[in-house]
Amino acid sequence: MNTKAKTIALSILFPLATLAILATGFVFLRDTKGPQVLTAVIAIIWGVGGAALLFYTVDWLVNRLRPEIARKLQPFVFVGPALLILLWYLVLPTIRSLYLSFFDASSKNFVGLANYVFAFTDGKMLESFRNNLMWIILGTGGSVGFGLLIALLAERSRAESVFKSIIFMPMAISFVGAGIIWRFVYAYKPAGEDQIGVLNALVTFFGGEPQAWFTIAPWNNIFLIIILIWLQSGYAMVIISSALKGVPAEIIEAGRIDGAGELRVIRSIIIPYIYSTLVTVSTTIVIISLKIFDIVFTMTNGNYGTEVIASVQYKQMFRFYHYGRGSAIAIVLVLAVTPVMWYNLRQFAKQEVFK
Amino acid sequence: MNNRKAAIAINTALLILVVIWFIPILGLFISSFRPRDYVLTTGWWTAFTKNRIFTLDNYRQVLGGTKYTFVDALGNTVRSSGDNLSQAFINSFTVTIPSVIIPILIAAAAAYGFAWMVFPGRKFFFTSVVALLVVPLQIALIPILRDYQKIGLTGSYLGIWLAHTGFGLPLSIYLLYNYISTIPRSIFESAYLDGARQIVVFARLVLPLSIPAIASLAIFQFLWVWNDLLVALVFLGGTADVAVLTQRLATMIGSRGQDWHLLTAGAFVSMVVPLAVFFSLQRYFVEGLMAGSVKG
Repeated sequence: MNTKAKTIALSILFPLATLAILATGFVFLRDTKGPQVLTAVIAIIWGVGGAALLFYTVDWLVNRLRPEIARKLQPFVFVGPALLILLWYLVLPTIRSLYLSFFDASSKNFVGLANYVFAFTDGKMLESFRNNLMWIILGTGGSVGFGLLIALLAERSRAESVFKSIIFMPMAISFVGAGIIWRFVYAYKPAGEDQIGVLNALVTFFGGEPQAWFTIAPWNNIFLIIILIWLQSGYAMVIISSALKGVPAEIIEAGRIDGAGELRVIRSIIIPYIYSTLVTVSTTIVIISLKIFDIVFTMTNGNYGTEVIASVQYKQMFRFYHYGRGSAIAIVLVLAVTPVMWYNLRQFAKQEVFK
Repeated sequence: MNNRKAAIAINTALLILVVIWFIPILGLFISSFRPRDYVLTTGWWTAFTKNRIFTLDNYRQVLGGTKYTFVDALGNTVRSSGDNLSQAFINSFTVTIPSVIIPILIAAAAAYGFAWMVFPGRKFFFTSVVALLVVPLQIALIPILRDYQKIGLTGSYLGIWLAHTGFGLPLSIYLLYNYISTIPRSIFESAYLDGARQIVVFARLVLPLSIPAIASLAIFQFLWVWNDLLVALVFLGGTADVAVLTQRLATMIGSRGQDWHLLTAGAFVSMVVPLAVFFSLQRYFVEGLMAGSVKG
């Protein structure tokens, strides 16, 4: 056998072997009922090793081509896998959801804009728009407000890192875990019994009537939003805190020499200086508030007037199996984030990353 | 106001805020160690004054298998079903570890490609990644679920790893790009001159040099996947043998909404790992957060 035939045979066999290994792993992991820990270990080796092997094989193949072609294809060995996954998991689904949103519950009959009419007129949807607006305004305002306050105070304290650690800690806790923590804070027992929730204990201590907080619309939304503020203030604080360290001491000194009080310095010098950071942090929390799901799902399941867009969408999809409505609501969510997307792209263009 | 008075005022204000922030966690933690009847009838703040009784029973019950026996306050032996959170604990690890490593590996390769290679469509593709940063994952639930039903991936770990990979990629690529693009060109140049292949440069130079960025990203992705409920609900399904901690907890809230002794213990079980990761690697996490905020 001459060398050329050998080369071609090898170029076919090696990739085939790689594919065989990946496929075997795929089928094994999909169908296995073996011991959990062992499966997990095999899974990790397969996942990581498989990704590495795939990279290596494609790279090897490309490098067997003529150099000028290889040089052109090389970059796609690196960015290709990521682009394909993004295409499958985010780009195509957006188009497919848009398509499905014009069809009925079972995606069989074209219904025109009916699902969008539903999305903008249904009582539950209107309720969720109002509530999401509350989440966005109060959740973001509260988180950024507390974050800024604590960052400013902590900077002027010697025990800065201890204070900041405790405020930051909830960042590590899941929305579900936080849900349980706060359900317990809000726990309700009828008047006359010992209260086991901190809030009702305080209320009764000061002579008030205990309340079932989650059932009092529309205030119950605020009790849920407090959970988000508790979780996200630490994030706002950390980012704002690092921006504060970047404010030049001379400018602040100059302000003080001119006779400005502490509040004036904060309002007229520090806030304008860290303005872009405040915008960034606010945007991030606005998006979290817009997509909020876990807290509502676990705390009230959208009852008592606490429905939000994501919880209505979940119900339409997985309780009523109305894929048309579910998709239309998902598209509404995407439309709601487009201003932020546009802002990010503009900022990105300004940075001139690719010189 | 002189400096000393100001310092006292500031520290007092901070102390009040920190106490408010900490009380909810403290209540959970203490309650999880109190016997059932005490948790349900007395405030946890009385645990240090009049009701000083603590127990590990709640943890035994939530971690234990399907049946659990305990003796109640009246001396009766009660058989109750346990919550088997230990199974969910392992499931959470099974879901989380590959969901952290796979996207980071793929994102690092892509970030290297975007940062150091010239190819047609480079700017367009990277701009698309930036645009995808804020796309809500809700958009993908129905289409991806349909694909999964076709190829038999629903309720499988593989399916959820790939889902977390897809949803985690935009931020991962963006963060790693910011880091990898700042590596000085001179470091690669000698390797290229020696004729090293790109994949070797990537494995031997780029990955090791990017460890700080990879560490921040890994913590970020770890907390996100570990704490996620929605993706698990949709792609993993509700069966107890694959359900992760957040799913089991959500179920417990539904079925045992008033069993505070169990809910508190269960919540704490779910928080142990992220809190440990958080406190041991806080510095990397903070750096990751900074890099992750899309700045102007």
